[in-house]
Amino acid sequence: MTMTSIRIDGRDCPTRSGINLLQACLEAGASLPYFCWHPELGSVGACRQCAIRQFSGPDDTKGRIVMACMTPVSENTIISIDDPEARDFRASIIEWMMVNHPHDCPVCEEGGECHLQDMTVMTGHNARRYRFTKRTHRNQDLGPFVKHEMNRCIACYRCVRFYRDYAGGDDLTVFASHDNVYFGRAEDGTLQNAFSGNLVEICPTGVFTDKPFSAVYSRKWDMRGAPSVCVHCAVGCNTIANAREETLRRVLNRYNTDVNRYLLCDRGRFGHGFVNAPTRIRTPLRTIDGQQVPVPMADALTAFARMAARGRVVGIASPRAALETCFSLHALVGPQHFCTGQTRQEHECVELAHALLDRHPGALPTMHEMESADAVLVLGEDVCATAPRLGLSLRQSVRQASFHTADDARVPRWMDAAVRTLGAECPSGLYVLTPAPTDLDGVAAETLRAAPDDIARLGFAIAHEIDPAAPAVTDLAPDDVLLAARIAHTLVAAGKPLVVSGMQYGAPALMQAAASIVAALARATPEAGLSLGLPECNSMGLAMMGGMPLETVMEQARAGEISTLVITENDLTRHLSPADVAELVAAVADIVVIDHTATPLCQQASLVLPVAAFSECSGTLVSQEGRAQRFFQAVFPPAPIQAGWRWVQALARGLDPSLLHMAGLTGWRDLDDVLAAMAVAFPRLAPAAKAAPGADYRMNGQKLRSQTYRASGRTVIRSFVNVRDQPPPGSPDAPFSSSMEGAFGPDMPAALVSGYQASPWNSVQALNRFQHEIGGDMRGGASGIRLLSRTASDEAGPRPYAYATDIPTPHTAQADTVVVLPDTRLFGSEELSMHSPSIMARATAPALGLPAGMATSRHMVLHLDDGAHVLPVEPVPGLPAGIVLCPAHMVARAFRFPRVARLERIPDEGERS
Amino acid sequence: MLDTLRTLFLTALHAFHRRATVQYPEQPPYLPPRYRGRIILSRDPDGAERCVACNLCAVACPVDCISLQKTEADGRWYPEYFRINFSRCIFCGLCEEACPTYAIQLTPDFEMGEYARSNLVYEKEDLLISGTGKYPDYSFYHVAGIPVPGKARGASERERPPVDLHSLLP
Repeated sequence: MTMTSIRIDGRDCPTRSGINLLQACLEAGASLPYFCWHPELGSVGACRQCAIRQFSGPDDTKGRIVMACMTPVSENTIISIDDPEARDFRASIIEWMMVNHPHDCPVCEEGGECHLQDMTVMTGHNARRYRFTKRTHRNQDLGPFVKHEMNRCIACYRCVRFYRDYAGGDDLTVFASHDNVYFGRAEDGTLQNAFSGNLVEICPTGVFTDKPFSAVYSRKWDMRGAPSVCVHCAVGCNTIANAREETLRRVLNRYNTDVNRYLLCDRGRFGHGFVNAPTRIRTPLRTIDGQQVPVPMADALTAFARMAARGRVVGIASPRAALETCFSLHALVGPQHFCTGQTRQEHECVELAHALLDRHPGALPTMHEMESADAVLVLGEDVCATAPRLGLSLRQSVRQASFHTADDARVPRWMDAAVRTLGAECPSGLYVLTPAPTDLDGVAAETLRAAPDDIARLGFAIAHEIDPAAPAVTDLAPDDVLLAARIAHTLVAAGKPLVVSGMQYGAPALMQAAASIVAALARATPEAGLSLGLPECNSMGLAMMGGMPLETVMEQARAGEISTLVITENDLTRHLSPADVAELVAAVADIVVIDHTATPLCQQASLVLPVAAFSECSGTLVSQEGRAQRFFQAVFPPAPIQAGWRWVQALARGLDPSLLHMAGLTGWRDLDDVLAAMAVAFPRLAPAAKAAPGADYRMNGQKLRSQTYRASGRTVIRSFVNVRDQPPPGSPDAPFSSSMEGAFGPDMPAALVSGYQASPWNSVQALNRFQHEIGGDMRGGASGIRLLSRTASDEAGPRPYAYATDIPTPHTAQADTVVVLPDTRLFGSEELSMHSPSIMARATAPALGLPAGMATSRHMVLHLDDGAHVLPVEPVPGLPAGIVLCPAHMVARAFRFPRVARLERIPDEGERS
Repeated sequence: MLDTLRTLFLTALHAFHRRATVQYPEQPPYLPPRYRGRIILSRDPDGAERCVACNLCAVACPVDCISLQKTEADGRWYPEYFRINFSRCIFCGLCEEACPTYAIQLTPDFEMGEYARSNLVYEKEDLLISGTGKYPDYSFYHVAGIPVPGKARGASERERPPVDLHSLLP
């Protein structure tokens, strides 16, 4: 891409070649209306809104009207946006679009952040001339996430282009013709795609709106915004949390060039409901005579001081708690008594993932870089369920071949319809090797269903095929040998190969095999990338901190060495079997649980302390690609609720200072102090302090405002409590003012963008103004910081990598037992999102997935550690013999896998009689 | 000396001027119909609440003394609460101007004095009247596209019945 210059209305603007004129105009700061173009979807020229006049040279005075989005930038292009004829053209287009648009804005959820409203004002259309009748449509019930109001449609086709072409959905499409076109499903029903929530942001008007948000609706200008990070998987998508009247209202996408860019998965968008759920803990609870009663904070702290005086305190952290919370607990109890809150198996898998990512000689691609991988091998991880947004990126990687074909045919890559037509013939470079079918199978070149051990063996065989120095796999089936050769050939031929694996199936061999393949590839292709999926939002951060696994805590408890357990944001019943939990509770005198949600473990605790959820405090999370990212406070909860590290600090203040591992703990004033102390204790985590500017950051001498400049109701919103005006809440941990006073602008640091608005752009499309280049970097720089980096070591040349040699033995089906593998569900397996009402509505009842041949009755009994479970049976096509799929965490709460279990057949009703 | 006499004369002259003092409250002042006094929420001709909780009055208010929360029943939007802090209100009428449904109206009533400031915080039940106010005929939902009880989809003013997607006709 080379720099060039175009002349817009007599003004010379530097721009890039290879983009279209609409993009160039927007990047040059001009306000040119458009609808159907979207940076992630490209151009199709459907809406005819971005008409401009293009002149063929300095001498051409007549020019011609062209669609800016369909015209490539060329050297010395001369265009006019203000040309009277082009203006008239655009005004007539919008007038035609508004002909059927209903008089709904006051009762439309999009009102105030509507791209159609912005564009209508921009073109100057303000009075309806059309006096005839308007077309109307019946709506459909599209499920718990998205609300449908077809009357408002302007037929830009963005929804189906996103849903079908980009996200691979097939249940939303377009019906009828001309004025009557209808975007919906063939019949009422829930949208099945995992990214349906993005329609809310993709739709330029109010056809698709956020249903859970509508129930607690507030206008965009009334809500406080805070940059946040999704806590529902380890990918670390950036979000904006919107809150009003101290309740979280919705979660929106926040653009991060390297991570989620324009899109979020439905679990991330709608999973935030746990914050306002009835399961929230809002006061400290103390067990008095077997009853949990709400107690004042001071009482709870003195109770803890008494407990701690009796003996040793051990801390159990959590992969879903912020880095600061984990570190403060570490500072309280010391490294010998600090547990990561994971079982040994999880602990070792995460440590292995960290070690492999850290040491393997290949690249560490960001999620955006994965989209441009030209050969992808998915090795035993259903990324569409464990890291959905990553799955969407892999789906885009399949398009690389069509881009190369388009480049050869001199078709610009943003020319969407043409490139997709060319791409229909292009081969896919995606190989999916998993035990069960995944959503990516449809776009894969080849898929293989096998047991995790067999997949790992195949992985090692591929590594050996690429680099003969890698250990060979013996006794491989002839078909697998051929498949390994084909995959190896594709990966070697690729310029930017990628191997994706993870710990979904709890098989370290899979991750070892993936790393071996990348190491083998990296000898010739340093761009070869490795991505490993982790289970929780801060799994990687905790792996970098280290600690002991839960089994060690169990041993210490059995030996009677533990008097008090302090557990932060961890529900041990999801990790330990009921018998183990009961044993632990019996062996330990007191359990203190610091959590935001009433988990089953809370009932066993002597003290429960209410902690702030992600929307109510600031903190740092480390994503699976080792990116430390800061989330900020959007809600200011009433007094006893506070950040985890503040609770730990409050507990520490009641103790004898000699008992504290780190004496400085009681002196921390704000988040920056915690991060500074952490940088000293854990040098590897030191860069996390730079994930976002500190609390002392000022722009033009001011804090940044977290409310909009026109937030309403300042003098009345709390007047039913007290008619006197209250000062805005203080926010010591963030450079935000928590009121409408403060700086805000497109140039503010990307990590501190609390919402997108740049007059006259009030919708989410205002993002264009915050970007340096559309679809490129933010004007305010990067958001977050990579803790695993390649730059330092790369200069020293390729690092030696010792191939793993522990190749597993092949899987053989047993006659009397089956191997139970987790069926990770997008909705249902994740802990926090299952407290969100809309996600609960989407979760389907657990069923046992069986190989097609084994599903001989409708129900079967699965004998797990915690007893027998009667489950309906569902045949899973392709599932290898001897393997059954059980929904993770939905049948047995603590479900460790892989697990050998006994399966018992229940005869059907008819057979019994 | 002369100045003193002149002052006395001018003062005495006022005894013969027309009285400006109004004997309020015995003698009520004339208030024109468009006088901007106490704010009310009106109902549409069917008797349903006109306010659709669009929040435009709140955002137009220069002193930020209006606050409300949207809720929904049968497709109609309502304010769950609607609160005006009259101790802050400057009776500028911008809320009335902003209202797309003629729900919020200013009335010729200024007799709102209270001893306790908190009594000047009016909730929805204090604001809602049972009539249509200044605009007797207007009903927002008869113009808007969304269906409500008593008005099917496509039955608003200047609307066609919904498109039959199963029809093969162009």
